[in-house]
Amino acid sequence: MKFVDEFRDRAKAEILVKEIERLLARMKRDETRPLQIMEVCGGHTHSIFRYGVEGMLPKSIELVHGPGCPVCVLPMGRVDDCVAIAERPEVIFTTFGDAMRVPGSRKSLLQAKADGCDMRMVYSPMDALGIARQNPTREVVFFGIGFETTMPSTALTVLQAEREGIKNFSVFCNHITIVPTIKAILDSPDLRLDGFLGPGHVSMVIGDAPYEFIARYYKRPMVIAGFEPLDILQSIWMLLRQIDEGRCEIENQYARVAPRAGNAVALEAVAQVYELREFFEWRGLGSIDHSGVKIREAYARFDAERKFAVPNARIADPKSCQCGEVLKGVIKPWECKVFGRACTPETPLGALMVSSEGACAAYYQYGGVKRGRDEAEASAA
Amino acid sequence: MNMVSFPFRRPRGKVHAPTVTLAHGGGGKAMKDLVDDVFVEAFDNPLLALLDDSAQIDLLGLAQYGDRLAFTTDSFVIDPLVFPGGDIGRLAVCGTVNDLAVGGALPLYLSCAVIVEEGVSIDLLRQIAKSMATTAQEAGVKIVTGDTKVVNKGACDRIFITTTGIGVVAAGVELGVHRARLGDAVLVNGLLGDHGAAILGARGDMALQSPIESDCAPLQDLVASLLDAAPNTRFIRDPTRGGIATVLNEIAEAAQVAIEIDEMATPLRDEVRGFCEILGLDPLYLANEGKIVAITPPDEAEQAIDAMRAHPLGRQAAIIGNVVAGEPAGRVTMRTIFGGRRIVDMLVGEQLPRIC
Repeated sequence: MKFVDEFRDRAKAEILVKEIERLLARMKRDETRPLQIMEVCGGHTHSIFRYGVEGMLPKSIELVHGPGCPVCVLPMGRVDDCVAIAERPEVIFTTFGDAMRVPGSRKSLLQAKADGCDMRMVYSPMDALGIARQNPTREVVFFGIGFETTMPSTALTVLQAEREGIKNFSVFCNHITIVPTIKAILDSPDLRLDGFLGPGHVSMVIGDAPYEFIARYYKRPMVIAGFEPLDILQSIWMLLRQIDEGRCEIENQYARVAPRAGNAVALEAVAQVYELREFFEWRGLGSIDHSGVKIREAYARFDAERKFAVPNARIADPKSCQCGEVLKGVIKPWECKVFGRACTPETPLGALMVSSEGACAAYYQYGGVKRGRDEAEASAA
Repeated sequence: MNMVSFPFRRPRGKVHAPTVTLAHGGGGKAMKDLVDDVFVEAFDNPLLALLDDSAQIDLLGLAQYGDRLAFTTDSFVIDPLVFPGGDIGRLAVCGTVNDLAVGGALPLYLSCAVIVEEGVSIDLLRQIAKSMATTAQEAGVKIVTGDTKVVNKGACDRIFITTTGIGVVAAGVELGVHRARLGDAVLVNGLLGDHGAAILGARGDMALQSPIESDCAPLQDLVASLLDAAPNTRFIRDPTRGGIATVLNEIAEAAQVAIEIDEMATPLRDEVRGFCEILGLDPLYLANEGKIVAITPPDEAEQAIDAMRAHPLGRQAAIIGNVVAGEPAGRVTMRTIFGGRRIVDMLVGEQLPRIC
């Protein structure tokens, strides 16, 4: 398939892996521990597992799978709010597919659908607006979820609804923003990360300037990366080169999609419709200041939170869950006490087991890294 | 039980109503007319013109084909009822015929039980019955008994069909999952995932137009040529719901072996790959309705492929992997197109599209 297969080329991958090995061999570093690189975005985690990238890397590189899966980090209380809205008889609740399985304290959206809620899977908020047009006697609520990647399309839909004077459409806004979360991870006392693969699709909207503080104040390098496996390998190689040369910069490997300045039109729509929340709750990470957005007063009539008084209860993560430590790279998924036992993709306890983009679900589903390394050692021997 | 077997001796009734109503399920004249005009008309079958509540089949006649009876049943509840490449009728025949065929049986007779929601158009029902008849002819089977029920609006989704089939397994044909051995080849007869992609596309909720057609087809001839060419074939399955990934996991689990497939060798239509790329789906989990997975000894793999490629339903047949050592029994792995390796696990729940 044109423009896809080129980025999955096996021969080029082998060359890059050799280059990575060569760089590692000559680098001066603490040999007693692996280099820890966090891929912030769940899309990267998915690709890494889907193509077996982790097993191709030398043992001395450890990929830490970051918090960038919006479905995973959604706290239970917010899912409960979704269910409460969806259970109203006048409501048609519309959502992206993979949010359906996220467990709430009572039930997931999938269970709510089975119990009779009118729940419809959509691909875009514009589809939800279409449903609102077709069902003028019903209240159509769109479950707004995602980072800066999906934030503009929800904002543009709200603006479109306003232009058309549609009264039966609203958004339950759970959009979150990645930068304060990266900062929270960098501020944690047990941090060990050596560098970041930056979220390419977020950067397509926000550009690369918002990450400058990571290099400047925290002295960690970042490479904004694309999502094909060659993108990921090349970004790791670029990151190693920075570490080797003692540089800490925000580099962009994904320039073919993510322009340095971001997308001005998208940013304008975002600024027009949303404002920062004082704090937002993240599953596995707790409350993080200014990490979520809500709909501005001017668009209050499109805000499901205002339209339907939601319970807005805060439900604590299960005590046994160690998602936070996995997210920060302190432990690997399989080192968590409940991984694969109480916590599985069928009955996820923690955030990271929820979506296929979550680190734990990916390990559970695709297995892999440990076995990949054992094999690499065996074949080297 | 108002079991109705057909065809009938008396002159056939005619349906004049445009849609099915509860009267058509009442057991009276309206129902007999519906059965006559729609089903008996389509399935017409002079060989079994008995009027009893059951079709009676001559045992000696069956015995000429082999020494064991194969017996299977399947229900079909697909939405939409008519989709690119087929409809619920074609699917209902192929599904049961293929379940018999992959067990090494020659499919011979089917039953057809239909549950219809009131309000369904008679023309649609007629179209589906005709499609069943055409497909049955293609598959070399006769539909010899059936039942029709009409239910209240909302009690079912328009039309549900259950087909039950019997076939005969020839003496000497011994297929069994436990026969898989180290080094065996894993074969498929063509492009994977077409049915799943066609159905998802046809439902229209993906807002995606796709030219993909279902691969829905009866496979008894293809399986017969495969078994002729590779008589020591260990085992055959049809990778329907859950796709190739699920079937390979079932095989690995049941046979207590490890299987590795090569993504590069896995035949996929570009349109299906594109469809999956856009929607964030994995084609290995998409349903097929005209595909088989066969495990053959390594020395019969090439002739099995040649035999399948010589058949119209096997032109793109390929060896996609092997039974391997060095992995825990029950595990399926894949050498990715990129050169890495990953585990191909059973699907948890339904495949849900990813948001980004």
